[in-house]
Amino acid sequence: MAATKVTIGTVNNGDMIRMQGLSDAFEAEYPNIDLDWVVLEENVLRQRLTTDIATGGGQFDVMTIGMYEAPIWGEKGWLTVMDDLPEDYDKEDIFPSVLGGLSKNGKLYALPFYAESSMTYYRKDLFEKNGLTMPAQPTWEQMKSFAKTLHKPDEGQYGVCLRGKAGWGENMALITTIANAFGARWFDEEWKPEFTGPEWKDALTFYVDLLGNYGPPGASSNGFNENLALFNSGKCGLWVDATVAGAFVTDESQSKVADKVGFALAPSQKTDKGAGWLWSWALAIPVSSDAKEAAKTFITWATSKQYSALVAETTGIATTPPGTRASTYDNAEYLAAAPFAAKTLESMDRADPNDATLKPAPYVGVQFAAIPEFQAIATQVGKLFSGALAGSMSTEQALMGAQSITTREMTRARYYSK
Amino acid sequence: MQDTAPTAGGVSKQKARVSRLMVSPSVLLLLLWMVVPLSMTIYFSLIRYNLLYPGENEYVGLENFRFFVTDLGFMAGMTNTLLLVGSVLLITVVFGVLISLLINLAFWGQGIVRILLISPFFIMPTVNALVWKNLLLHPVSGVFAAIWQFFGAQPIDWFSEFPLFSIIMIVSWQWLPFAILLLMTALQSLDQEQQEAARLDGAGPWALFWHLTLPHLARPIAVVVMIETIFLLSLFAEIFTTTGGGPGYETTNLAYLIYSQALLQFDVGLASAGGLIAVILANIAAFFLVRVVGKSLTDKQ
Repeated sequence: MAATKVTIGTVNNGDMIRMQGLSDAFEAEYPNIDLDWVVLEENVLRQRLTTDIATGGGQFDVMTIGMYEAPIWGEKGWLTVMDDLPEDYDKEDIFPSVLGGLSKNGKLYALPFYAESSMTYYRKDLFEKNGLTMPAQPTWEQMKSFAKTLHKPDEGQYGVCLRGKAGWGENMALITTIANAFGARWFDEEWKPEFTGPEWKDALTFYVDLLGNYGPPGASSNGFNENLALFNSGKCGLWVDATVAGAFVTDESQSKVADKVGFALAPSQKTDKGAGWLWSWALAIPVSSDAKEAAKTFITWATSKQYSALVAETTGIATTPPGTRASTYDNAEYLAAAPFAAKTLESMDRADPNDATLKPAPYVGVQFAAIPEFQAIATQVGKLFSGALAGSMSTEQALMGAQSITTREMTRARYYSK
Repeated sequence: MQDTAPTAGGVSKQKARVSRLMVSPSVLLLLLWMVVPLSMTIYFSLIRYNLLYPGENEYVGLENFRFFVTDLGFMAGMTNTLLLVGSVLLITVVFGVLISLLINLAFWGQGIVRILLISPFFIMPTVNALVWKNLLLHPVSGVFAAIWQFFGAQPIDWFSEFPLFSIIMIVSWQWLPFAILLLMTALQSLDQEQQEAARLDGAGPWALFWHLTLPHLARPIAVVVMIETIFLLSLFAEIFTTTGGGPGYETTNLAYLIYSQALLQFDVGLASAGGLIAVILANIAAFFLVRVVGKSLTDKQ
């Protein structure tokens, strides 16, 4: 009998590349399933998956999607509902907030591969050398003064590395959490955007000033992977990004600063609401797939305890996919091997997609608004904000542009019908 | 004569009918080839068609066109398209003439120099852009940064400080060889006796260049301008690989704007409207180009 081919579209983050590397173990266990990998950069992956699923292309059997897509696509009937999971899968073990983010109307549409919040990474050695102390949760203002002290471009050492690459899942994820901390929100209760308000102005001006003055050159083209490389090569004093990076910055085989990294909560400012995001990369099966059974076998394997054990065995327990299962954090061995684990768990506990802004907001999501229009809007807004960072336009112009783009898209989507 | 003429006419008429019949399938196929996509684009541009809202495809009239021309990126896209095409044309033609004049002189190693000069044209645009982005212009690890640092200067972050200029540089590097190739071959057919005669009459090198060489090159230059314009209007790979149209809208041209609307914002309706606008603009450009080029081709007869 010919083997069933399962085509998996996934993002080029370290944990997924590891999953691809371990696929031999899966194929050994299930010889009649062949795995076919399509590994892409985040922005490109989104584009490929969205066009495929929206046109019913059926190119992929397994899609790597996140908390933004799962409920929206699920509600549209594009994804297979994840019920009848095997006995030993132990769904109860998965954090309810993660399952909640991947569900809509009580139906689960994707299984979480890993989940993350965001947190602050800093260089303990540099802090000591300069007589600085990192509080448990710094404010952005404090971050700026740290960055000022640590910024020594002549020595190839930059104060702070942050995302600057345009994209709703790149710079906008981080900027939205900064904005949340500054008391801003994407939409008011009438779905009107608020970019012309003082909160967004403060937040964006602060971000441009901080990263523009104390960041590495070319910051406007750095995303998660670029910043990870910079931090690992010892070029950044501070970095605020996904908690999942903890496993990479402390991994001696790829990080020059593995034993010098400290962890703190993502910075607050006016408020700590929505200061750290909540995200999960999850695996889902589109209804257009012609190998649903095999695909399900694969994704239950890849998100199981058994897979975690396999990772622990091959690349060390600290590289277990984080943030999804309570059992991971009950394991003393993991907590000992992963110095970032406690902060990851605390950050994830603090992030609440249903209450992420100082003023009440009509949308769900910390670093995004869970409406279909958001992707198009934030892609364009992200472009403007990266322009402001690069200095090709002023922050005022960027914010005015963001306001008009958002109003346009929401008008087109008929949000303000008379 | 009088009785052969009608038969001949009849034969040729019949012949013409037969040949028309024979070519009609291919003409029909070509027509379909062109008409089907065009009418689909027109249809899409008149409905609300967003991939994220399947099934909500009501007729919206010219709304898509209105939203396209009022898009923040539209004016930027138009200006950048013109700037890109204009400056690359200027650079490739001016330097193309100068370099081809230089390598037209006999010197040792001429063959190798010519091959080296032409080779950038055979590199894929994406590869070209990647090489420039990561090996040459990168502010931390690029060759230029190393040179700048060697002289104690602060390396330039090309793609955020001079994004459009960087793209122009990359594209010119790719297209200059094309101009050199055409102009060099044209120079080889330059009438040597005429040159000799002019020289005997006391013409200096500048007069020779202005009155003999340049008029001789008018036709190849016109061809270079026309072909490059066609390709440069739809420039995409270099922008996609290096700057992604940014920062802001600094390097967004019309082609990139349409791409971003179709595949980053999934708004097929809007992108189709943009595509039609681009087709109209390209046709206007083509109309003038053909007139200018055609003029230069017929004038010299």
